[in-house]
Amino acid sequence: MRIIGISIAVAGLLASPLAAEPVAPNDVNYEDGVVLASLTGVAGDPVNGRDVFKNRKLGNCLACHVNAEMPEESFHGEVGPELTGVADRWEQQELRAIVANSKMVFDGTIMPAFYQDTGYERPLKDFDGKSILTAQQVEDVIAYLQTLKE
Amino acid sequence: MKAIKLLVSTACFMGMAASTHAEEPATLSIEGQAFTIQASAPAHTENLDEVTSGWIYRTKETRALQLDDFDNPGFVFVDKAIDLWNEVDGSEDKSCASCHENVEDFAGLRTTLPRAEDGELVTMEDLVNECRTEQMGAEPWKYSGGKMTGMTALIGLQSRGMLMNVAIDGEAAAFWEKGKELYYTRVGQLDMSCSNCHEDNYDTMIRADHLSQGQTNGFPTYRLKNAKLNSTHARFKGCMKNIRAQPYKVGGDEFKSLELYIASRGQGLSVETPSVRN
Repeated sequence: MRIIGISIAVAGLLASPLAAEPVAPNDVNYEDGVVLASLTGVAGDPVNGRDVFKNRKLGNCLACHVNAEMPEESFHGEVGPELTGVADRWEQQELRAIVANSKMVFDGTIMPAFYQDTGYERPLKDFDGKSILTAQQVEDVIAYLQTLKE
Repeated sequence: MKAIKLLVSTACFMGMAASTHAEEPATLSIEGQAFTIQASAPAHTENLDEVTSGWIYRTKETRALQLDDFDNPGFVFVDKAIDLWNEVDGSEDKSCASCHENVEDFAGLRTTLPRAEDGELVTMEDLVNECRTEQMGAEPWKYSGGKMTGMTALIGLQSRGMLMNVAIDGEAAAFWEKGKELYYTRVGQLDMSCSNCHEDNYDTMIRADHLSQGQTNGFPTYRLKNAKLNSTHARFKGCMKNIRAQPYKVGGDEFKSLELYIASRGQGLSVETPSVRN
Protein backbone atom coordinates (compact mmCIF):
# COMPACT_ATOMS: atom_id res chain seq x y z
CA MET A 1 0.00 0.00 0.00
CA ARG A 2 2.81 2.37 0.97
CA ILE A 3 4.72 1.56 -2.20
CA ILE A 4 1.66 2.21 -4.29
CA GLY A 5 1.12 5.45 -2.42
CA ILE A 6 4.62 6.64 -3.20
CA SER A 7 4.38 5.70 -6.83
CA ILE A 8 1.12 7.62 -7.08
CA ALA A 9 2.74 10.63 -5.50
CA VAL A 10 5.54 10.43 -8.03
CA ALA A 11 3.09 9.99 -10.86
CA GLY A 12 1.15 12.96 -9.52
CA LEU A 13 4.27 15.10 -9.49
CA LEU A 14 5.12 14.09 -12.99
CA ALA A 15 1.59 14.74 -14.19
CA SER A 16 1.01 18.07 -12.52
CA PRO A 17 3.11 20.29 -14.78
CA LEU A 18 1.16 18.91 -17.70
CA ALA A 19 -2.21 19.12 -15.93
CA ALA A 20 -4.46 19.70 -18.85
CA GLU A 21 -7.68 17.87 -19.67
CA PRO A 22 -9.42 16.03 -16.84
CA VAL A 23 -9.96 12.30 -17.27
CA ALA A 24 -13.23 11.83 -19.16
CA PRO A 25 -15.93 9.94 -17.20
CA ASN A 26 -15.74 6.89 -19.44
CA ASP A 27 -11.95 6.80 -19.18
CA VAL A 28 -11.84 6.60 -15.38
CA ASN A 29 -10.00 3.45 -14.42
CA TYR A 30 -11.89 1.59 -11.66
CA GLU A 31 -9.68 -1.16 -10.40
CA ASP A 32 -10.63 -3.33 -7.47
CA GLY A 33 -12.79 -0.65 -5.85
CA VAL A 34 -10.32 2.20 -6.23
CA VAL A 35 -9.43 4.97 -8.65
CA LEU A 36 -5.72 5.56 -8.17
CA ALA A 37 -5.09 8.68 -10.19
CA SER A 38 -6.55 12.12 -9.63
CA LEU A 39 -9.21 12.97 -12.20
CA THR A 40 -7.61 16.36 -12.85
CA GLY A 41 -4.03 16.36 -11.59
CA VAL A 42 -4.98 19.42 -9.54
CA ALA A 43 -5.15 18.98 -5.77
CA GLY A 44 -8.67 19.06 -4.40
CA ASP A 45 -9.80 22.12 -2.48
CA PRO A 46 -11.50 20.99 0.75
CA VAL A 47 -13.17 24.37 1.29
CA ASN A 48 -14.91 24.27 -2.07
CA GLY A 49 -15.52 20.56 -1.52
CA ARG A 50 -17.50 21.40 1.60
CA ASP A 51 -19.74 23.72 -0.43
CA VAL A 52 -20.23 21.13 -3.16
CA PHE A 53 -21.03 18.55 -0.47
CA LYS A 54 -23.93 20.53 0.99
CA ASN A 55 -25.20 22.34 -2.13
CA ARG A 56 -28.56 20.77 -3.05
CA LYS A 57 -27.94 21.32 -6.75
CA LEU A 58 -24.43 19.83 -6.66
CA GLY A 59 -23.43 17.03 -4.31
CA ASN A 60 -26.51 17.25 -2.06
CA CYS A 61 -24.72 14.65 0.05
CA LEU A 62 -26.70 15.60 3.17
CA ALA A 63 -29.85 14.30 1.50
CA CYS A 64 -28.70 10.81 2.37
CA HIS A 65 -25.77 11.08 4.80
CA VAL A 66 -25.30 12.33 8.34
CA ASN A 67 -22.21 14.52 8.77
CA ALA A 68 -21.37 15.74 12.27
CA GLU A 69 -18.98 18.32 10.81
CA MET A 70 -22.02 20.28 9.50
CA PRO A 71 -24.13 20.86 12.61
CA GLU A 72 -25.31 24.20 11.20
CA GLU A 73 -27.21 22.33 8.47
CA SER A 74 -30.48 20.85 9.70
CA PHE A 75 -32.01 17.55 8.57
CA HIS A 76 -29.22 15.20 7.61
CA GLY A 77 -30.55 12.21 5.67
CA GLU A 78 -30.21 8.60 6.76
CA VAL A 79 -30.42 6.61 3.53
CA GLY A 80 -26.67 5.96 3.36
CA PRO A 81 -24.01 5.41 6.03
CA GLU A 82 -22.86 8.29 8.24
CA LEU A 83 -19.90 10.24 6.89
CA THR A 84 -18.74 11.42 10.28
CA GLY A 85 -15.11 10.26 10.50
CA VAL A 86 -15.26 8.79 7.01
CA ALA A 87 -11.55 9.52 6.44
CA ASP A 88 -10.72 7.02 9.19
CA ARG A 89 -12.49 4.28 7.27
CA TRP A 90 -11.64 4.92 3.61
CA GLU A 91 -8.50 5.86 1.72
CA GLN A 92 -8.44 8.69 -0.80
CA GLN A 93 -8.40 6.34 -3.80
CA GLU A 94 -11.39 4.43 -2.42
CA LEU A 95 -13.32 7.64 -1.80
CA ARG A 96 -12.59 8.70 -5.37
CA ALA A 97 -14.17 5.52 -6.74
CA ILE A 98 -17.18 5.77 -4.43
CA VAL A 99 -17.91 9.41 -5.26
CA ALA A 100 -17.21 9.10 -8.98
CA ASN A 101 -19.31 5.97 -9.43
CA SER A 102 -20.31 4.07 -6.33
CA LYS A 103 -21.87 1.31 -8.43
CA MET A 104 -18.33 0.20 -9.28
CA VAL A 105 -17.81 -0.43 -5.55
CA PHE A 106 -21.24 -1.34 -4.17
CA ASP A 107 -23.30 -3.42 -6.56
CA GLY A 108 -26.90 -2.21 -6.82
CA THR A 109 -26.48 0.80 -4.55
CA ILE A 110 -29.06 3.59 -4.62
CA MET A 111 -26.20 6.15 -4.61
CA PRO A 112 -25.94 8.12 -7.85
CA ALA A 113 -22.68 8.21 -9.82
CA PHE A 114 -21.35 11.75 -9.56
CA TYR A 115 -18.90 11.47 -12.43
CA GLN A 116 -20.71 9.58 -15.18
CA ASP A 117 -22.23 11.33 -18.19
CA THR A 118 -23.61 8.47 -20.30
CA GLY A 119 -25.76 5.39 -19.96
CA TYR A 120 -28.77 7.00 -18.30
CA GLU A 121 -32.39 6.19 -19.16
CA ARG A 122 -34.58 9.21 -19.93
CA PRO A 123 -32.32 11.91 -18.46
CA LEU A 124 -33.96 15.34 -18.32
CA LYS A 125 -32.74 17.41 -21.27
CA ASP A 126 -30.85 19.87 -19.08
CA PHE A 127 -28.73 17.03 -17.70
CA ASP A 128 -28.41 14.85 -20.79
CA GLY A 129 -24.78 13.99 -21.54
CA LYS A 130 -23.61 15.61 -18.31
CA SER A 131 -22.21 14.29 -15.06
CA ILE A 132 -23.64 15.57 -11.77
CA LEU A 133 -20.27 16.99 -10.75
CA THR A 134 -17.21 18.08 -12.71
CA ALA A 135 -13.93 16.21 -12.29
CA GLN A 136 -12.54 19.01 -10.12
CA GLN A 137 -15.68 19.11 -7.96
CA VAL A 138 -15.22 15.38 -7.34
CA GLU A 139 -11.60 15.97 -6.32
CA ASP A 140 -12.70 18.84 -4.08
CA VAL A 141 -15.32 16.68 -2.34
CA ILE A 142 -12.73 13.93 -1.82
CA ALA A 143 -10.35 16.49 -0.31
CA TYR A 144 -13.12 17.60 2.05
CA LEU A 145 -14.06 14.01 2.97
CA GLN A 146 -10.41 13.39 3.85
CA THR A 147 -10.69 16.04 6.55
CA LEU A 148 -13.51 14.15 8.29
CA LYS A 149 -11.61 12.36 11.05
CA GLU A 150 -12.78 11.44 14.49
CA MET B 1 -8.72 -4.87 4.86
CA LYS B 2 -11.28 -4.20 2.19
CA ALA B 3 -13.53 -7.00 3.37
CA ILE B 4 -13.64 -5.56 6.86
CA LYS B 5 -14.54 -2.13 5.59
CA LEU B 6 -17.30 -3.52 3.45
CA LEU B 7 -18.71 -5.39 6.41
CA VAL B 8 -18.62 -2.32 8.62
CA SER B 9 -20.25 -0.24 5.96
CA THR B 10 -22.97 -2.82 5.40
CA ALA B 11 -23.66 -3.14 9.11
CA CYS B 12 -23.95 0.60 9.34
CA PHE B 13 -26.35 0.69 6.42
CA MET B 14 -28.52 -2.05 7.86
CA GLY B 15 -28.61 -0.32 11.21
CA MET B 16 -29.99 2.74 9.49
CA ALA B 17 -32.63 0.91 7.57
CA ALA B 18 -33.86 -0.82 10.68
CA SER B 19 -34.45 2.40 12.60
CA THR B 20 -38.10 3.24 12.87
CA HIS B 21 -39.29 6.79 12.91
CA ALA B 22 -43.01 6.16 12.76
CA GLU B 23 -44.51 6.78 16.16
CA GLU B 24 -46.43 3.77 17.42
CA PRO B 25 -49.21 3.07 17.79
CA ALA B 26 -50.75 5.02 14.96
CA THR B 27 -54.43 4.69 14.27
CA LEU B 28 -56.42 6.80 11.88
CA SER B 29 -60.02 7.58 12.60
CA ILE B 30 -62.00 10.28 10.84
CA GLU B 31 -65.53 11.27 11.83
CA GLY B 32 -65.79 8.07 13.88
CA GLN B 33 -64.74 5.88 10.97
CA ALA B 34 -61.67 3.66 11.42
CA PHE B 35 -59.16 3.38 8.58
CA THR B 36 -56.82 0.54 7.73
CA ILE B 37 -53.39 2.13 7.51
CA GLN B 38 -51.33 -1.04 7.93
CA ALA B 39 -52.02 -4.39 6.34
CA SER B 40 -50.24 -7.58 5.34
CA ALA B 41 -48.66 -7.10 1.95
CA PRO B 42 -50.58 -8.75 -0.88
CA ALA B 43 -48.90 -11.86 -2.30
CA HIS B 44 -47.95 -10.07 -5.52
CA THR B 45 -45.92 -7.50 -3.56
CA GLU B 46 -43.19 -10.01 -2.85
CA ASN B 47 -40.58 -7.66 -1.38
CA LEU B 48 -42.74 -6.19 1.38
CA ASP B 49 -44.14 -7.85 4.51
CA GLU B 50 -46.66 -5.15 5.18
CA VAL B 51 -48.11 -2.18 3.39
CA THR B 52 -48.54 1.16 5.11
CA SER B 53 -50.36 4.38 4.39
CA GLY B 54 -48.25 7.48 3.81
CA TRP B 55 -50.21 9.10 6.66
CA ILE B 56 -48.05 7.16 9.14
CA TYR B 57 -44.85 8.88 7.99
CA ARG B 58 -46.07 12.44 8.28
CA THR B 59 -45.53 14.67 11.30
CA LYS B 60 -48.05 14.77 14.13
CA GLU B 61 -49.20 18.21 12.93
CA THR B 62 -49.73 17.08 9.34
CA ARG B 63 -51.52 13.93 10.46
CA ALA B 64 -53.85 15.95 12.65
CA LEU B 65 -55.10 17.92 9.65
CA GLN B 66 -56.62 14.76 8.22
CA LEU B 67 -58.50 13.79 11.39
CA ASP B 68 -61.30 16.30 10.97
CA ASP B 69 -62.88 17.22 7.65
CA PHE B 70 -63.27 20.85 8.78
CA ASP B 71 -59.51 21.09 9.35
CA ASN B 72 -58.64 19.24 6.14
CA PRO B 73 -57.81 21.87 3.49
CA GLY B 74 -58.56 19.33 0.76
CA PHE B 75 -62.26 19.78 1.41
CA VAL B 76 -62.17 23.32 0.01
CA PHE B 77 -61.56 21.68 -3.35
CA VAL B 78 -64.09 18.92 -2.77
CA ASP B 79 -66.70 21.60 -2.06
CA LYS B 80 -65.84 23.32 -5.33
CA ALA B 81 -66.28 19.98 -7.09
CA ILE B 82 -69.79 19.65 -5.62
CA ASP B 83 -70.64 22.92 -7.41
CA LEU B 84 -69.11 21.56 -10.61
CA TRP B 85 -71.14 18.38 -10.17
CA ASN B 86 -74.31 20.42 -10.52
CA GLU B 87 -73.05 22.82 -13.18
CA VAL B 88 -74.52 22.42 -16.66
CA ASP B 89 -71.88 22.41 -19.38
CA GLY B 90 -71.71 21.45 -23.06
CA SER B 91 -74.08 21.09 -26.00
CA GLU B 92 -76.40 18.58 -24.30
CA ASP B 93 -77.40 20.97 -21.52
CA LYS B 94 -76.37 18.49 -18.85
CA SER B 95 -74.46 18.41 -15.59
CA CYS B 96 -73.05 15.35 -13.85
CA ALA B 97 -76.16 15.39 -11.69
CA SER B 98 -78.42 15.12 -14.73
CA CYS B 99 -77.43 11.45 -15.12
CA HIS B 100 -75.94 10.60 -11.71
CA GLU B 101 -78.45 11.82 -9.19
CA ASN B 102 -76.30 11.14 -6.14
CA VAL B 103 -72.54 11.19 -6.12
CA GLU B 104 -72.83 8.71 -3.24
CA ASP B 105 -73.75 6.10 -5.85
CA PHE B 106 -70.06 5.98 -6.73
CA ALA B 107 -69.18 4.35 -3.40
CA GLY B 108 -66.65 1.62 -4.16
CA LEU B 109 -65.53 2.91 -7.55
CA ARG B 110 -62.22 4.35 -6.33
CA THR B 111 -61.11 0.97 -4.95
CA THR B 112 -61.29 -0.68 -8.39
CA LEU B 113 -59.50 1.90 -10.54
CA PRO B 114 -57.63 1.87 -12.83
CA ARG B 115 -59.35 -1.07 -14.57
CA ALA B 116 -58.93 -2.71 -17.97
CA GLU B 117 -61.80 -2.30 -20.42
CA ASP B 118 -61.80 -3.42 -24.05
CA GLY B 119 -58.02 -3.54 -24.26
CA GLU B 120 -57.47 -0.19 -22.56
CA LEU B 121 -56.56 0.78 -19.06
CA VAL B 122 -59.17 3.20 -17.76
CA THR B 123 -58.61 5.68 -14.94
CA MET B 124 -61.17 7.79 -13.09
CA GLU B 125 -59.98 10.79 -15.07
CA ASP B 126 -60.78 8.89 -18.28
CA LEU B 127 -64.28 8.08 -17.03
CA VAL B 128 -64.98 11.70 -16.10
CA ASN B 129 -63.78 13.00 -19.46
CA GLU B 130 -65.68 10.31 -21.34
CA CYS B 131 -68.87 11.50 -19.63
CA ARG B 132 -68.05 15.09 -20.51
CA THR B 133 -67.36 14.47 -24.18
CA GLU B 134 -69.83 11.62 -24.89
CA GLN B 135 -72.77 12.50 -22.64
CA MET B 136 -72.53 16.24 -22.02
CA GLY B 137 -71.07 17.39 -25.33
CA ALA B 138 -68.53 19.35 -23.28
CA GLU B 139 -64.81 19.87 -23.62
CA PRO B 140 -62.66 17.37 -21.71
CA TRP B 141 -60.96 18.71 -18.63
CA LYS B 142 -57.18 18.88 -18.41
CA TYR B 143 -56.12 15.45 -17.14
CA SER B 144 -54.48 16.69 -13.97
CA GLY B 145 -55.98 20.19 -13.72
CA GLY B 146 -57.80 21.67 -10.75
CA LYS B 147 -61.33 20.81 -11.88
CA MET B 148 -60.44 17.21 -12.64
CA THR B 149 -58.53 16.64 -9.44
CA GLY B 150 -61.35 18.16 -7.38
CA MET B 151 -63.88 15.92 -9.12
CA THR B 152 -61.81 12.74 -8.70
CA ALA B 153 -61.40 13.63 -5.02
CA LEU B 154 -65.17 14.10 -4.65
CA ILE B 155 -65.93 10.80 -6.37
CA GLY B 156 -63.09 9.05 -4.53
CA LEU B 157 -64.38 10.38 -1.21
CA GLN B 158 -67.51 8.24 -1.66
CA SER B 159 -65.22 5.20 -1.23
CA ARG B 160 -63.37 6.61 1.76
CA GLY B 161 -62.57 3.88 4.27
CA MET B 162 -63.14 1.08 1.75
CA LEU B 163 -60.17 -1.13 0.92
CA MET B 164 -58.20 -0.79 -2.29
CA ASN B 165 -58.96 -3.75 -4.53
CA VAL B 166 -57.87 -3.35 -8.13
CA ALA B 167 -57.94 -6.29 -10.53
CA ILE B 168 -54.52 -7.35 -11.79
CA ASP B 169 -55.45 -10.53 -13.64
CA GLY B 170 -57.18 -11.17 -16.95
CA GLU B 171 -57.14 -8.18 -19.23
CA ALA B 172 -55.35 -6.09 -16.59
CA ALA B 173 -52.36 -8.43 -16.33
CA ALA B 174 -50.35 -6.98 -19.22
CA PHE B 175 -50.81 -3.42 -17.91
CA TRP B 176 -49.84 -4.54 -14.43
CA GLU B 177 -46.65 -6.19 -15.72
CA LYS B 178 -45.74 -3.02 -17.59
CA GLY B 179 -46.32 -0.96 -14.45
CA LYS B 180 -44.18 -3.34 -12.44
CA GLU B 181 -41.36 -3.04 -14.95
CA LEU B 182 -41.53 0.76 -14.74
CA TYR B 183 -41.51 0.58 -10.95
CA TYR B 184 -38.20 -1.25 -10.93
CA THR B 185 -36.51 0.60 -13.80
CA ARG B 186 -33.82 3.12 -12.89
CA VAL B 187 -34.19 6.43 -14.72
CA GLY B 188 -32.72 9.90 -14.82
CA GLN B 189 -29.31 11.31 -14.05
CA LEU B 190 -29.71 10.15 -10.43
CA ASP B 191 -30.38 6.69 -11.86
CA MET B 192 -33.10 5.64 -9.42
CA SER B 193 -36.20 3.50 -9.61
CA CYS B 194 -39.37 3.89 -7.54
CA SER B 195 -38.25 0.85 -5.55
CA ASN B 196 -34.92 2.39 -4.51
CA CYS B 197 -36.70 4.86 -2.26
CA HIS B 198 -40.17 3.45 -1.64
CA GLU B 199 -39.39 -0.24 -1.24
CA ASP B 200 -35.74 -0.38 -0.13
CA ASN B 201 -35.68 2.76 2.01
CA TYR B 202 -39.16 3.64 3.25
CA ASP B 203 -39.31 4.81 6.88
CA THR B 204 -35.92 6.49 6.39
CA MET B 205 -35.18 10.20 6.33
CA ILE B 206 -34.04 11.65 3.01
CA ARG B 207 -32.92 15.06 4.22
CA ALA B 208 -36.06 16.49 5.90
CA ASP B 209 -38.46 14.07 4.22
CA HIS B 210 -39.58 10.84 5.83
CA LEU B 211 -39.76 8.34 2.96
CA SER B 212 -43.05 6.48 2.69
CA GLN B 213 -43.96 3.45 0.62
CA GLY B 214 -45.37 5.79 -2.02
CA GLN B 215 -48.87 4.35 -1.72
CA THR B 216 -51.69 5.94 -3.72
CA ASN B 217 -54.66 5.21 -1.45
CA GLY B 218 -54.72 8.85 -0.29
CA PHE B 219 -54.86 10.37 -3.79
CA PRO B 220 -55.83 12.91 -4.85
CA THR B 221 -53.99 14.28 -1.85
CA TYR B 222 -53.77 17.80 -0.47
CA ARG B 223 -50.10 18.74 -0.20
CA LEU B 224 -48.96 21.49 2.14
CA LYS B 225 -46.10 22.05 -0.28
CA ASN B 226 -48.32 23.44 -3.05
CA ALA B 227 -51.60 24.01 -1.18
CA LYS B 228 -53.77 22.10 -3.62
CA LEU B 229 -55.00 18.63 -4.47
CA ASN B 230 -52.45 16.53 -6.32
CA SER B 231 -53.17 13.64 -8.67
CA THR B 232 -51.12 10.45 -8.74
CA HIS B 233 -49.77 11.31 -12.18
CA ALA B 234 -48.70 14.78 -11.06
CA ARG B 235 -46.87 13.15 -8.17
CA PHE B 236 -45.18 10.63 -10.47
CA LYS B 237 -44.07 13.53 -12.64
CA GLY B 238 -42.66 15.36 -9.62
CA CYS B 239 -40.74 12.29 -8.50
CA MET B 240 -39.26 11.80 -11.95
CA LYS B 241 -38.14 15.40 -12.16
CA ASN B 242 -36.53 15.08 -8.72
CA ILE B 243 -34.33 12.31 -10.03
CA ARG B 244 -33.65 14.34 -13.17
CA ALA B 245 -35.62 12.03 -15.44
CA GLN B 246 -37.82 13.05 -18.35
CA PRO B 247 -41.31 12.33 -17.00
CA TYR B 248 -43.76 10.20 -18.93
CA LYS B 249 -46.90 11.92 -20.19
CA VAL B 250 -49.53 12.72 -17.57
CA GLY B 251 -52.55 10.62 -18.55
CA GLY B 252 -50.39 8.46 -20.83
CA ASP B 253 -50.07 4.69 -20.97
CA GLU B 254 -46.92 4.48 -18.85
CA PHE B 255 -48.30 6.44 -15.90
CA LYS B 256 -51.63 4.62 -16.09
CA SER B 257 -49.85 1.27 -15.91
CA LEU B 258 -47.70 2.52 -13.04
CA GLU B 259 -50.86 3.78 -11.31
CA LEU B 260 -52.39 0.31 -11.55
CA TYR B 261 -49.25 -1.41 -10.29
CA ILE B 262 -48.82 0.93 -7.33
CA ALA B 263 -52.54 0.75 -6.50
CA SER B 264 -52.13 -3.04 -6.37
CA ARG B 265 -49.24 -2.68 -3.93
CA GLY B 266 -51.66 -0.87 -1.62
CA GLN B 267 -54.26 -3.63 -1.80
CA GLY B 268 -55.93 -3.79 1.62
CA LEU B 269 -55.33 -0.15 2.63
CA SER B 270 -58.29 2.19 3.05
CA VAL B 271 -59.08 4.84 0.51
CA GLU B 272 -58.22 8.15 2.24
CA THR B 273 -58.82 10.80 -0.38
CA PRO B 274 -58.62 13.70 0.18
CA SER B 275 -55.66 12.88 2.41
CA VAL B 276 -53.19 15.48 3.71
CA ARG B 277 -49.47 15.15 3.12
CA ASN B 278 -46.50 17.48 3.12
